[in-house]
Amino acid sequence: MSKVRVLVGTHKGAFILSSDGKRKDWEISGPFFAGWEIYHMKGSPVDTNRIYVSQTSGWFGQIIQRSDDGGRTWATPGGEKMPTPGPEPPAPSNKFAYDTSAETGAPLTTHQWYDGTQHPWEFKRVWHIEPSLTDAETVYAGVEDAALFRSNDGGKSWHELAGLRGHGTGPKWQPGAGGMCLHTVILDPGNPDRIFIAISAAGAFRTDDGGKTWKPINKGLHSQYIPDPNAEVGHCVHHIAMNPMKPGVLFMQKHWDVMRSDDAGDNWREVSGNLPTDFGFAIDVHAHEPETLYVVPIKSDSEHFPMDGKLRVYRSRSGGNEWEELKKGLPEKDCYVNVLRDAMAVDRLDDCGIYFGTTGGQVYCSPDSGDTWTAIAHELPAVFSVEVQTLP
Amino acid sequence: MMGPATGNSGSARPIRVVLPQHLRTLAKVGAEVTLEVAAPVTLRAVLDRLEADYPVLSGTIRDHETKQRRPFLRFFACAEDLSHDSPEAPLPEPVVNGKEPLLIIGAIAGG
Repeated sequence: MSKVRVLVGTHKGAFILSSDGKRKDWEISGPFFAGWEIYHMKGSPVDTNRIYVSQTSGWFGQIIQRSDDGGRTWATPGGEKMPTPGPEPPAPSNKFAYDTSAETGAPLTTHQWYDGTQHPWEFKRVWHIEPSLTDAETVYAGVEDAALFRSNDGGKSWHELAGLRGHGTGPKWQPGAGGMCLHTVILDPGNPDRIFIAISAAGAFRTDDGGKTWKPINKGLHSQYIPDPNAEVGHCVHHIAMNPMKPGVLFMQKHWDVMRSDDAGDNWREVSGNLPTDFGFAIDVHAHEPETLYVVPIKSDSEHFPMDGKLRVYRSRSGGNEWEELKKGLPEKDCYVNVLRDAMAVDRLDDCGIYFGTTGGQVYCSPDSGDTWTAIAHELPAVFSVEVQTLP
Repeated sequence: MMGPATGNSGSARPIRVVLPQHLRTLAKVGAEVTLEVAAPVTLRAVLDRLEADYPVLSGTIRDHETKQRRPFLRFFACAEDLSHDSPEAPLPEPVVNGKEPLLIIGAIAGG
């Protein structure tokens, strides 16, 4: 019988929730890296025993951790073994240096600060890790201040794909409330040269040449909170989701508005429809139904909690516009948590499971595509990210 | 005020360093580590030795390239704040002779 492994990054460590295909009884292991912020953890689709972790701290900086045995043991991938380093010289696997070289890099410029002045680009942390679809040694990292890095050696060393930062619009990019973060990385399963990324608050970008050059893909986005609501860049895209069966179709949860593109991001149209509020962070697509998507509506940009204290997932089975409220098993009152952008995921079992974590430390699972929900973890630290591995 | 050390150049000395909790768990060590540091024993020499012996700590106390102290960390020894001293300045004599540790401390800023 298939199994699932839910990877949960929290404010104070990482946790792994495991169950069989019934997804009824769960075993929780962790905390791993206790006390550190775990912005994201994700398994390789090529080797499910390999899991990459972004471990970070405002005090001590960035650490990358890797497991090659499904999360039982961990090590920094640069060979920084403790207490005695290994025979090979250690590589600084936590070194994320912007590429300013003449050959492949781009000069470090400035970006817009909160007050509109220009501010230097500074590395702060890794928000999102995206392992390659075809090679367990290749992995991407979206970082703050916004840039995309790639490792071709299992996380030992990282190199910036500087064409994105050097696109030329950088001085117009600005931080959202969480910082100027590159938080979404989507690899196109049908085209290895095509990558989608999203930045708060710059917008979405796409490369069609493996990361050398990038173009903004924000046409159709309308954001009242920026001087030009239809600007080429500057939009606060919160998250993008794609079903691998239809890689040209993208769904976006923007600051406000749920959006859809049918041409790989070249054009977007709003599909918020009858949502009670179209503000939110998380969005995902059903594993087997490319027109079934999920969002968690949040009241507003100043009130980051559900409407009326009722935690609700909304599902559209028509690719947007028509939404149904999913509430069976979710809190009916006095619920004032948030669901962050990387805190929703789906498994790939026949009856697709949907998962999300909250800033209140709960992780919810629906083993029936959203019809019913159960808390599979009740009192973890605030959940930053949720990913799911479907195991044989 | 403790006077700076003037140890003989080149001779290695056992230097005690107390790490904050997060770095202890990262490096898989206890509260205090002892490093063999050649004289003159400066902050830079101690941190160079610490990162050489525990490479996982590279980048966690100071920047990989600029070697600047991370903003939320401070250095203390013998009840003195050394955070803003030159990294080339000799450390106080009690640190050099092993009687007192160098303290690496995270700023108290919530979390």
